[in-house]
Amino acid sequence: MTPFWRRSKETAKERLRLILIHDRIELSPGKMEELKDDLREVFKKHLNVKTEDFDISVSRKKDSMALEADIPLRDSR
Amino acid sequence: MGKSIVITSGKGGVGKTTTTANIGMALAILGRSVVLIDADIGLRNLDVVMGLENRIVYDLVDVVEDRCRLDQALIKDKRYRNLMLLPAAQTRDKTAVNQEQITKLVEGLRDEFDYVLIDSPAGIEQGFKNAIAGAQEAVIVTTPEVSAVRDADRIIGMLEAEGLNDPNVIINRIRKDMVKRGDMMDIDDMIEILAIGLLGIVPDDEDIIVSTNKGEPIVLNNKSRTGEAFRNIARRIEGEEIPLDNNGREKFVQKIKRMIGIS
Repeated sequence: MTPFWRRSKETAKERLRLILIHDRIELSPGKMEELKDDLREVFKKHLNVKTEDFDISVSRKKDSMALEADIPLRDSR
Repeated sequence: MGKSIVITSGKGGVGKTTTTANIGMALAILGRSVVLIDADIGLRNLDVVMGLENRIVYDLVDVVEDRCRLDQALIKDKRYRNLMLLPAAQTRDKTAVNQEQITKLVEGLRDEFDYVLIDSPAGIEQGFKNAIAGAQEAVIVTTPEVSAVRDADRIIGMLEAEGLNDPNVIINRIRKDMVKRGDMMDIDDMIEILAIGLLGIVPDDEDIIVSTNKGEPIVLNNKSRTGEAFRNIARRIEGEEIPLDNNGREKFVQKIKRMIGIS
C-alpha cells in the first residue's frame, strides 16, 4: 500500500485547493507576490517590520475568503 | 410545464454529450416525454451519440431563423417515441443564435415536454451563455482530474451569477482501482472541494465507446453497470432517493428492498 503522502491524489487535492483559491479571488499567484511586495513596502514606510518574515495568505472561512497578513515587528527595546 | 435542465462542464471532453444522451433516454424509458437540444452549434454531436444523424433535415438555427417550423426540426427517436432531438446546425457558429431566442425556444418546448435537456458546448463564451439561457436547473459534468474540477468550480460561479443556483454535479469516469490505490480523487474529496450536491457517479467504461460506435446510448443495455448509473441519475432527477455506493450504483440492499416493494 502506498503511504498516503505519496499518493498522487493528495498532490492533486493540494494543488486544486490552491488553484481554486486564486481562481476565486481572481488573483494569480504571481500577482499575489506583487501585492505582497507592495504591502511590505507600505508597512516598512510606517513601521519597523521584520521584512524577511512578512507574509500574506488567503484562507477559506466558512462562506468567504479572507486575506491574512503576518506582519512581525522588530522590538526596539 | 416541463423542466429545463442544462448539462454543462466548462472543460471539453468530460462527457457532456454522452451524459445528455443517456439521461434523456433514461427519462424516456421511465415514460417521460423528453426533448434534447444540442446547443453546440458548429460542432454538432448529440445526433451521432444518439444514432440519429441520418435523419436530420432541419436544425436549431433553421427554427430560430424561421426557415422551418419547430416540429419539422424535431427528430423522433426510433426506439422511444417520447424522446426527441433538436439538432444543432453544423455549418454555422455560436453567434448564429442569441440568449433571447434560446430562452423563447426552451419556454415553448417546456409546454409540450416533461423535460427539456440542453447539451452545452465547452467553454464559457457565447455558446455556453446561450445554452444556459433557458435553463431552470444545471447539471455539471466533471471527471476526477485537477483541470476538470477547476473548470467545474469556475462554471459553478458563472451559473450562480446568472441566477442558476445550486447546480448538481455528475462525476464521470471514476476508476475504482485508481481510487483504491490513492491515485485518483474520490467522491468525497471532490464534493468537499466543490461544495455542491452530487447527482451521480459514472464509472469509466470502455463500453461507452462501443455504444457511441453504434449510436446506442448505454442505458439501452440493461446489463451494463454504467447504464445503471445513468438510470439512477434519471430516477434522482425524478425525485427518487437512491443512495450511492462507490461505483455510483444503487446499494444492493436498497435494490432488493425496492424490488420487493418495501422501500
